[in-house]
Amino acid sequence: MGELFEGILNHHLGFVVWASVAFLLLLIILKKLAWQPILGMISERERFIENALASAEKAKEEMARLTNENESLLKEARAERDLILKEAKELKDKIVAEARTSAQTEGAKMIEKAKQEIDSQKVAALNEVKDQVATLSIEIAEKILRNQFEDRNKQQALVSDLLKEVKLN
Amino acid sequence: MISTRILSSGKVRLFVVCAFFFTLFSISPSLVAQHHTSDSAASSTVESDSHIPGVEHVENSHGEEKFDPTKAIMEHIADSHYWHLWGHTSLPLPVIIITDKGVEAFSSAKFHHGEDAYEGTHYTYKLIEDKLFVVDAQGNVDKEASSKIYDFSITKNIASLWIAVIVLILIFTSVSSSYKKRQGKAPKGLQSVIEPFIMFVRDDIAIPNIGYKYAKFMPLLLTMFFFIWINNLLGLIPIFPGGANVTGNIFLTFVLSFIVLLVVNLNGNKYYWKHILLPDVPWWLYPIMIPVELIGVISKPFALMIRLYANISAGHIIILSLISLIFIFKSLAIAPVSVAFVLFMNVLELLVAFLQAFIFTMLTALFIGTAVDEHHH
Repeated sequence: MGELFEGILNHHLGFVVWASVAFLLLLIILKKLAWQPILGMISERERFIENALASAEKAKEEMARLTNENESLLKEARAERDLILKEAKELKDKIVAEARTSAQTEGAKMIEKAKQEIDSQKVAALNEVKDQVATLSIEIAEKILRNQFEDRNKQQALVSDLLKEVKLN
Repeated sequence: MISTRILSSGKVRLFVVCAFFFTLFSISPSLVAQHHTSDSAASSTVESDSHIPGVEHVENSHGEEKFDPTKAIMEHIADSHYWHLWGHTSLPLPVIIITDKGVEAFSSAKFHHGEDAYEGTHYTYKLIEDKLFVVDAQGNVDKEASSKIYDFSITKNIASLWIAVIVLILIFTSVSSSYKKRQGKAPKGLQSVIEPFIMFVRDDIAIPNIGYKYAKFMPLLLTMFFFIWINNLLGLIPIFPGGANVTGNIFLTFVLSFIVLLVVNLNGNKYYWKHILLPDVPWWLYPIMIPVELIGVISKPFALMIRLYANISAGHIIILSLISLIFIFKSLAIAPVSVAFVLFMNVLELLVAFLQAFIFTMLTALFIGTAVDEHHH
């Protein structure tokens, strides 16, 4: 043991001193020139990234909220549109049905009226025909009578005939 | 690796306490024995330096070409006053010595690869097994004078350490400036390579173990993590700027774990100290509990020191052993096998390099966490 450690200071103290100086110098220089700025910058950047991520997350949430809102709005609008369409359809159906019934009644009414007109026209036409026939008959009778009563004899004969027929009561 | 199995601190503490007692009991008799031997061999020479690799002296006497893998491997993983480049070419490194008479500095080239003694201003110096000793005129080690000099040389490991420091400063100042330039924007280039690791240290090491007080300890944890990692990686590069076994040097891991010890105990709050000095046990257990808790204070950083040192050294030793196979068998045929295994080990060491940096940092954070934790027992 004694021999193992003999002269250890003489031979190795210098190494220990040099190594300590080198390491401590390195520690001081790197602390000032490297570690403080590097660690500072890294933590600063980390904070920045964290903030950026947080705000991105917030924006994402906002986006999701907006999308949700849009979705519900869209759904509402769609429902409203459907409702409106449905109502319009109903209205249309109603109007069409109404139009149909009213057209039917109107048509029936017109037909009735036409029938009446036709009837009255027919009657008038028949009356006219009757008048015509009467006038024509009278004219014909007149003409015949005129022809017959051109001579006296015939008139006499006729009167006598007529008289014969009359029975005096 | 062993460390992955002894991750949890409870196991670590148990292991280290057991190891401590074991070493305590096993060393005491041998200590006495060594005193006797050193008394008998009182001839003040360091011919008894054979405690490093025991075989080498025997092998060297047989001839130069005999390859000794133990010596080669130990030389590669040990610290050195030269930076070996290739063949017989080495980069000489500055030798700085603080003596009782004053400081002196010269190039390690003066020693001619440790073969020659160099006569400095105050003493004559010689490298024996890459350790600095004072020698007298006959070339014998002067123990008296050797104990008065302190070796402050820029050794291979220290040079590698400074390279790592410079690389780290270059990388992180450039990353830091790109943070300033691109404020609030996404990372780009080197910045985006480094940022995940910084975030890893912060989110997976510091915050889960320390809690909301983590910010104060971030510079230490980050520096420690990247310092250990880059040194581990530089150690895996076999050519010049790398290859030094820095994190596999127990004195470096000692420095790091001593810093951990200081940081943990200087930041310990009243709950931490109450847990150590007034544990929740019957009072008559205090004579046992308080020493155990105090050992726990030391054993936690001690485990850190041993774990990093052992893992990285083991990795280097395995790779060097596999390469040594070629020279042991003296056959080119073994080379493909050896290289394949070395490639596999290197890939594994890449993982271990990261893993050990992570474990060291994580356990540091865990120990700090226990010291600053505010829950009541």
